[in-house]
Amino acid sequence: MTLANRNSLNVLKPSDFATDQDVRWCPGCGDYSILAQMKKVMAKLGVDRSRTVFISGIGCSSRFPYYMNTYGFHSIHGRAPTFATGLKLVRPDLDVWIVTGDGDALSIGGNHLMHILRRNVDVKILLFNNRIYGLTKGQYSPTSLAGAKTKSTPLGSVDNPIQPISLALAAEASFVARSIDVDVKHLEYVLERAARHRGSAFVEIYQNCNIFNDGAYEPLTDRATRSDNVVYLEHGKPLIFGKASDKGIRLNGLSPEVVSTAQVQPDDLLIHDERADAALPFALSRMHYPEFPEPLGIFRAVERETYDTAVRQQTETAIARFGEGDLQKLITGNETWTVK
Amino acid sequence: MTTAFESTLNGHPSTTAKPVRRLADVTVRFAGDSGDGMQLAGTQFTDTSALLGNDISTLPDFPAEIRAPAGTLAGVSGYQIHFSSNEIFTPGDEVDALVAMNPAALKVNLGSVKDGGIVIVNSDAFGPNDLKKAGYAVSPLEDDSLSNYRVIKVPISKLNSEATKDFGLTVKEQDRCKNMFALGLVYWLYSRPLDATLDHIQTKFARKPAIAAANAASLKAGYAYGETLELFHEQYQVPKAKLAPGTYRKITGNEALAISIATAGRLASKQVLYASYPITPASDILHQLAGMRNFGVITFQAEDEIAAIGAAIGAAFGGALGITGTSGPGIALKSEAIGLAVMTELPVVIVDVQRGGPSTGLPTKTEQADLMQVLFGRNGECPVPVIAAASPADCFNAAIEAFAVAVRYMTPVVLLSDGYVANSAEPWLIPDVSTLPLIRVEHPAAPADGQPFGPYRRDEHGSRPWAIPGTPGLEHRIGGLEKEDVTGNVSYDPANHERMVQLRAAKVANLKPAGEPYLWTGEQEGDVLLVGWGGTFGAIKAATLELQQQGIRASHCHLRYLNPLPDLKEVFKRFRQVIVPELNLGQLRTLLRDRFLIDAQGINKVRGQPFTVGELVRGVRSRLETVGTADERR
Repeated sequence: MTLANRNSLNVLKPSDFATDQDVRWCPGCGDYSILAQMKKVMAKLGVDRSRTVFISGIGCSSRFPYYMNTYGFHSIHGRAPTFATGLKLVRPDLDVWIVTGDGDALSIGGNHLMHILRRNVDVKILLFNNRIYGLTKGQYSPTSLAGAKTKSTPLGSVDNPIQPISLALAAEASFVARSIDVDVKHLEYVLERAARHRGSAFVEIYQNCNIFNDGAYEPLTDRATRSDNVVYLEHGKPLIFGKASDKGIRLNGLSPEVVSTAQVQPDDLLIHDERADAALPFALSRMHYPEFPEPLGIFRAVERETYDTAVRQQTETAIARFGEGDLQKLITGNETWTVK
Repeated sequence: MTTAFESTLNGHPSTTAKPVRRLADVTVRFAGDSGDGMQLAGTQFTDTSALLGNDISTLPDFPAEIRAPAGTLAGVSGYQIHFSSNEIFTPGDEVDALVAMNPAALKVNLGSVKDGGIVIVNSDAFGPNDLKKAGYAVSPLEDDSLSNYRVIKVPISKLNSEATKDFGLTVKEQDRCKNMFALGLVYWLYSRPLDATLDHIQTKFARKPAIAAANAASLKAGYAYGETLELFHEQYQVPKAKLAPGTYRKITGNEALAISIATAGRLASKQVLYASYPITPASDILHQLAGMRNFGVITFQAEDEIAAIGAAIGAAFGGALGITGTSGPGIALKSEAIGLAVMTELPVVIVDVQRGGPSTGLPTKTEQADLMQVLFGRNGECPVPVIAAASPADCFNAAIEAFAVAVRYMTPVVLLSDGYVANSAEPWLIPDVSTLPLIRVEHPAAPADGQPFGPYRRDEHGSRPWAIPGTPGLEHRIGGLEKEDVTGNVSYDPANHERMVQLRAAKVANLKPAGEPYLWTGEQEGDVLLVGWGGTFGAIKAATLELQQQGIRASHCHLRYLNPLPDLKEVFKRFRQVIVPELNLGQLRTLLRDRFLIDAQGINKVRGQPFTVGELVRGVRSRLETVGTADERR
């Protein structure tokens, strides 16, 4: 978050971030909750609407910019990171958010996602993962589970799904987190942390598509089961979960395992560290229901020079060293001859 | 070196002893293996000739493979220089003197040498193995297959190795100097001084004094060999050309484009973002601009072609000058994003340095077959202005114009170059920066009257406002979905869609060019009008002048704006015949036939090489014989 973009004079309410356009997601869609939390975080942080830009690709999630009263760009399928990168290169003063989905970011746009993360362009990326293609009406996506029966996989998907968090970690993202649409407090917390991060912040949001893939995350959201199926990652704290906080995660070599808290010493439990190197967050990113509780929270948050800063510094160095370019000299070149 | 200098042969100890004959016009070609340094020898010869005051035009011709198997036909690299005391427009049809560093180079290039022309061969490279690799059963130096030429056999490898033996270099390092020996020999033949090349060697190898010394020694040895060699009976001189007064430099199309892009940023007082993915023959633009950070240019080597144009569009959205450069295959990948820029009406420039296609095609060879692609290769009704540079120097004007049109009309603009324009060099009358017209850009502020902002409210040019993030009160959303007129809100209304399609079309169709829409040679009426576009300018112009010499009333109209096309209806009526020479199968011809309902004929070639003047003259004459000239018909 650029400090200058805080709006200290006018205190904005979440509703000030709404546009005059009707929101056209299906009733009951998880996207509504994400939109609401986003507006709340924007208001809370007091951001300057005129210096905030939402950029999206194609898909249900990518309608998001139309509903935020900031600058917005609804671009083409999978390519939002490219527009965002170009924008940040010339306008590092702006706060840029990318809103994308599992098809947009991981299928058609997989290449760009990898590169924006490794470059650490100072943008926040929200990946709405509903494990289905919604806008095209129900084909399987790169995150659909193996065996998923969809319109395009009547016999069940034989694709192995991609793990977005593992991918982001492998691409050297400096901030990697996961939240879920219905856990509004947690979502708000994660969005705020992402907003405050300098560099590429990647947030996977488990989001329910109640039309084409309803209940995809039910074990993680159902009151009866969720505490057994979700483990919250908190920096410096042990990984404990279960209705009675009776279960924990311990590392056995490099592999996590579920243990009963009654049978192990508290020190033996895995203590979460947002700044840990690749191995720990990667191990956590492999934990999935039903073998494991699904981790929600911040997998990694480290400081690394941002791309836009590095480019700006190079420019300053070049100017310090060579001076502002003399255009006439450039045009004239080193070797000339004169005809009289 | 800022002054013209006479051929005083500075830097060489002795003076010439052989008779000197003046020639008006000479074409030389250096040819060898792609590792033999022929491009360097060629560019050095070009620099020296330009500095001497000759008019010049060059044609580099190299293989796509960086190092094809040594000695094979596929690995032959050539560099042709046409230098003259007259004004010239092409790199020359036929070669007066060929340097062939091996049998493959001889075989590939012999067909271009004129009868009686000079052929200098490195006789050390004609062993049984070398001959076999080039597919010669018998050495052409030993049978009578070269009897039409003046063959000069020079043991270049041996002489070079002797000349460079005292500098402590490896055999391989020594061998790399042999292009300098060949260059020195040709410098002697055409009475050129060595100093420019000696300076170049000193600069290039400043940190490797032994290599610098060896190269210089080889160059001087080659020159001295020319003086003493019995086989050369005479030496030649090509006096200065009578170019328009002024200060000149040598420039290639890609150099001119890079400089022009930086200049456009200054003229518009804007940051420039050049986003590109490496591709032949456009990569040099990226390389050049990468060193211009202190000129307000940021370069971004993107992960792919789509990311490159995406970044350029993103920069334009932010209020900078966004530009991407590529070749034909890259345009194919960028098509969807160009459509987005049309829909969002953002100014962005797309450079297409065309090469032989389809698909990967002939990466290092020239062609003009992307015209239809850039005009029509997108989904929907998707018009974009298209400007084609006519020559290397014209690239400078074209890129500035492309930005001027893009920001004035809020539209993507395609700028066409080609492999020939990109890599060939010509003299350029250096412009005075202070005389270049500024590119005016306006960004709106929030309306004072509190009226709602209309992101798609149009001005007198049909352009929408370029409102940029950071402007309070103008927050708005754009995107690829159809826009409602004025408000820019998403709209699926049928009547609105039709209106928007027409507004976008009218904006481009009615735009006013930012430079010459076409270049004209000859009278306003006559027997034949040659209509061309892009890099064929020089060849068509030279052919037109040649046809006029032969008594044919020929004129030449060279289009710089392909969209919108200038209205040529009345112009065409004043000629009996319209002929459209193109390095494709007739793309402009198809457009002209459609647009002006004329029976335009084509002269078409798709060999990866530019037109020669001779083939154009012959082509026009054969078509006129079919149709008949005005006089014959009367």
